[in-house]
Amino acid sequence: MASTAITAGAEPVFHLEEEHAHAEGGSTMLGFWLYLMSDCLIFAMLFAAFGVLGGNYAAGPAPKDLFDLGLVAVNTTMLLLSSITYGFAMLTMDKGRVGATQSWLAVTMLFGLAFLSIELYEFAHMIHEGATPQRSAFLSSFFTLVGTHGLHVTFGIVWMVTLMVQVARHGLIEANRRRLMCLSMFWHFLDVVWIGVFTFVYLMGTLR
Amino acid sequence: MSAHDHAGHDHAHGGAAHGSLKGYLIGFFLSVILTAIPFWLVMDGVIDNKQATAVIIMAFAAVQIVVHMIFFLHMNPASEGGWSMLALIFTVILVVIVLSGSLWVMYHLNANMMPGLHEMREMP
Repeated sequence: MASTAITAGAEPVFHLEEEHAHAEGGSTMLGFWLYLMSDCLIFAMLFAAFGVLGGNYAAGPAPKDLFDLGLVAVNTTMLLLSSITYGFAMLTMDKGRVGATQSWLAVTMLFGLAFLSIELYEFAHMIHEGATPQRSAFLSSFFTLVGTHGLHVTFGIVWMVTLMVQVARHGLIEANRRRLMCLSMFWHFLDVVWIGVFTFVYLMGTLR
Repeated sequence: MSAHDHAGHDHAHGGAAHGSLKGYLIGFFLSVILTAIPFWLVMDGVIDNKQATAVIIMAFAAVQIVVHMIFFLHMNPASEGGWSMLALIFTVILVVIVLSGSLWVMYHLNANMMPGLHEMREMP
């Protein structure tokens, strides 16, 4: 895309693609994607730790004694529903409908909160039964992996509330659209990580 | 780059298409099916062979991750001029190395470094 301007008697001037003025936020999406990829590596480490330590129960409780797959299925449904409602928020954002976007964001947030509540209930239940992170290597790696995912969801919800306030104040301006698109990627990415969690931790743990 | 705006860039689209209602619904229904089947397989113990069940649910997870990438994250080889796909491929390679390497090394470490009582008695 290098363009050449040749005027009579003057040296040809080459403008490389990089020299063009970039619109503000033009590279935000790629940058955010790179952040997500590095986040993916964090989760890969935690998955690897769980894969190695997941069978070391130290004569403590095993996944079969602890996991309630019905609860995990409900949790998975919550996250999946929040994914599709965030998609609806993006579609209404495209049409510039502020009220509808805010409503879908609120619905997404409620599903996210439901997910977190169920997860915290599960954690509390496990700890109450003596299955604390200190009990065995399996439980340490379990709480680290699933807890890190839960923390991400928590920060996603904080971010969502922030953006809802921003949209309420300034409307769907270009900057807010960009931020909402970043959060969209973040939120869908968390759902992708959860696929790994319910498959490797819960389902395969129960099979063990 | 067919849709040039006045700045000569297509960054207005951000490389991340927002998808369509149809796309989101297809992705959602595929995800529901791809989630429900593994849970059903494990919760009802449909297949007696645990190894086979594990392989099948891992395959379902892999397919579901691809479905999410396409329909929710709107990944395609052309977005951001191919850079996001390149970053994804690089990350996948690293993840595969980390996961398979850790599991492989630690499995053999466990097998070789933790002799049972029987072998210990035979040691000089």
